[in-house]
Amino acid sequence: MIELQHLTKRYGNQVAVRDLSLTVDEGELLVLLGGSGSGKTTTLKMINRLIEPSAGSVLVDGRDVAELAPHDLRRRIGYAFQQVGLFPHMTVAENIGITPALLGWTEDKLRRRVDELLALVELDPDETRDRRPDQLSGGQQQRVGVARALAARPRLMLLDEPFGALDPLTRHRLQESFVRIRRELGLTAVFVTHDMVEALVLGDRIAVLQAGRLVQVGTPRTLMREPANDYVRQLLDTPRREAQLVESLLAREGL
Amino acid sequence: MSEQLALLPGYLTAHLQLTLLALLSSAAVSLPLGVAVTRVRWLEQPALGVAGVIQTIPSLALLAVMVPLLAALGLQSIGFLPAFIGLTLYGVLPMLRNTVTGIAGVDPAIREAARAVGMTPAQQLRRVELPLAMPVIVAGIRTATVWTVGIATLSTPVGATSLGNYIFSGLQTRNSTAVLVGCVAAAALAMLLDGLVRALETGVRTRRRRRVAVVVAAMAALYLYTGLTLAAPLLSRSGRPVTIGAKTFTEQYILAHLLGQWVERETGRPTTQRQSLGSMVAFDALAAGDIDVYVDYSGTLWANEMGRQTVGMDRATVLAEVRTFLADAHGIRVAATLGFENAYAVAMRARDADAMRLTRLSDLTPLAPGLSMGGDYEFFSRPEWVAIRDTYGLAFGEQRTMDPALMYQAVAQGAVDLISAFTTDGRISAFDLRVLEDDRAAIPPYDALILVSARLARDWPDVLVALARLDGAIDVDTMRRMNLDVDERGADPITVAADFLSGLSRARPAGETR
Repeated sequence: MIELQHLTKRYGNQVAVRDLSLTVDEGELLVLLGGSGSGKTTTLKMINRLIEPSAGSVLVDGRDVAELAPHDLRRRIGYAFQQVGLFPHMTVAENIGITPALLGWTEDKLRRRVDELLALVELDPDETRDRRPDQLSGGQQQRVGVARALAARPRLMLLDEPFGALDPLTRHRLQESFVRIRRELGLTAVFVTHDMVEALVLGDRIAVLQAGRLVQVGTPRTLMREPANDYVRQLLDTPRREAQLVESLLAREGL
Repeated sequence: MSEQLALLPGYLTAHLQLTLLALLSSAAVSLPLGVAVTRVRWLEQPALGVAGVIQTIPSLALLAVMVPLLAALGLQSIGFLPAFIGLTLYGVLPMLRNTVTGIAGVDPAIREAARAVGMTPAQQLRRVELPLAMPVIVAGIRTATVWTVGIATLSTPVGATSLGNYIFSGLQTRNSTAVLVGCVAAAALAMLLDGLVRALETGVRTRRRRRVAVVVAAMAALYLYTGLTLAAPLLSRSGRPVTIGAKTFTEQYILAHLLGQWVERETGRPTTQRQSLGSMVAFDALAAGDIDVYVDYSGTLWANEMGRQTVGMDRATVLAEVRTFLADAHGIRVAATLGFENAYAVAMRARDADAMRLTRLSDLTPLAPGLSMGGDYEFFSRPEWVAIRDTYGLAFGEQRTMDPALMYQAVAQGAVDLISAFTTDGRISAFDLRVLEDDRAAIPPYDALILVSARLARDWPDVLVALARLDGAIDVDTMRRMNLDVDERGADPITVAADFLSGLSRARPAGETR
């Protein structure tokens, strides 16, 4: 469904993404995994042209995204990111309904869609729809952010560490909700994270980036069994290492 | 007091016209420019830089510099236009800077979201950036509003009517009521307009439809009133009023009101006043046809406009050559010689003059270094001063520039030893001062002349005839007495002028010319 062909992004003398080629299959969730400065966010943003590539192209459903007007492209792709970016001067309903409103949906259709989405992200429509963003908790805000991204029924969703700023309990709840939503809607998603556990739980395939280059892409199983280099191996081993650490700590306490 | 209050609607309307139009044009420039600056990075430095520099120019100077600038461009150089342009420029910085700051201050995450949900740049601006920047932008508009109302009072010296007319003439004629009325009215107007802008902003932000509607209606009404009152003179049947100019001292205010009342009575034409103009501004305005009539003095024109040598000139020659010069160089006609002279003089306390045995300016030469002299804002830059100083070799220990209204008290109390005075100033006798004789005729005679513009002479011969009837109507004692009434007894120039005219019409039935 998505093809990244030899994508490169340069900022002056710095190269953020170097000759990256990747495909994302319809209906899969591809995780872009790497440390800070690995180029994962830059890559993600080149898909919906929030960042324009220095070289290379992005094809969605066979069409070069550069052929579409940026705003048209973005109305077909859902985007959720860590800071959420809800519009503080609009209600939750207005936030969620923004892309459909830009597309000219009727008031009626909008209202129904907003309520539908609030239910989908497990928020009470009557209680939430007229609230302002600053009246919501962090977890609720991100649920609204996801709802907003899904409002115009995109088939593709881009997420940039959406749950990174939330506490562990809320994060797990949102991860579970997201898995369910994706399955229900049959969404294709590209998900940026540096959290290994999140990558393993959510990802159908994982693409490991390092210093702007694609190091390896494959299922979690493939990456664990046949890591392309030390970096990948250490990355994929992290959850087990951490689990062992936790176990030994607990054992010491006699738990 | 009531004559002063009768002027309030006119001054207030004029002030409103200036303020509202200047704010509108300021906003029309600043707000789009502010948006452009946030889109085109390199514009920020130059745009904010220029606006900042304009702000550092003292407001009065900015308004004043418009006069020669516009004259050089062949545009109306005194009155509404220079004031309007100066005020517009002054309102740019607060509006521009706040627009830039407000938009730039929008959270980058929100900006990213606006792009990501599929808004075009215009939609991002309209739906997200501007609404979020609005409180800061409106704060800039409110600042500009209050500043503009205040600075508009300074438009008086460049010939634009405003509430400043109360303040300037009140300071000059020491009418503190007038000053107070001007200040209170200006402050009240500032608060009203500021309140309207604030109410609009909160109404929009909290989405109170009715409040927004009421405020918008109020603003529309103000602008409508402004538009109508500006257009009225153009549409009125009686046509353009005869504009009478006055410089910045009491005698000029009295004479301007006198001429205005006389013209209205004799010809039925409406008149309007442009007071508190500087000497050069007044003359240039007459030459350009921006005012139609004012009183100037032969010596002033001789020394300043014609640049002639002043020493040893006789009255008849000066008068004849001034007349010719005015007609030939500017088409200006002398409608009448009023009948008195108001010359520059050097005056000191009679007591001191006796003690130091001073009767003539020549006597002053050896004593000058030990004495101090005070002059009004114009005196020390005038050629007459140069003539006096050089003819008598005067080198004063101290030279001070003072407000003309305060000069007499200053010399009476000994704060200065001598002052430049006008010979028709009643305060010379009231404060027991002695005028020193110009024994070497350093300065020319200063006959008071009614000057009319070329346009008036051409288009309104009836006004010219009416003014000609005032030839010789005022002698020096009468003028002194009228000046004294205003300066010392606190009478209103309007009343003093009216009293004189009612006495005059008894002595001069209509139709008689001299």
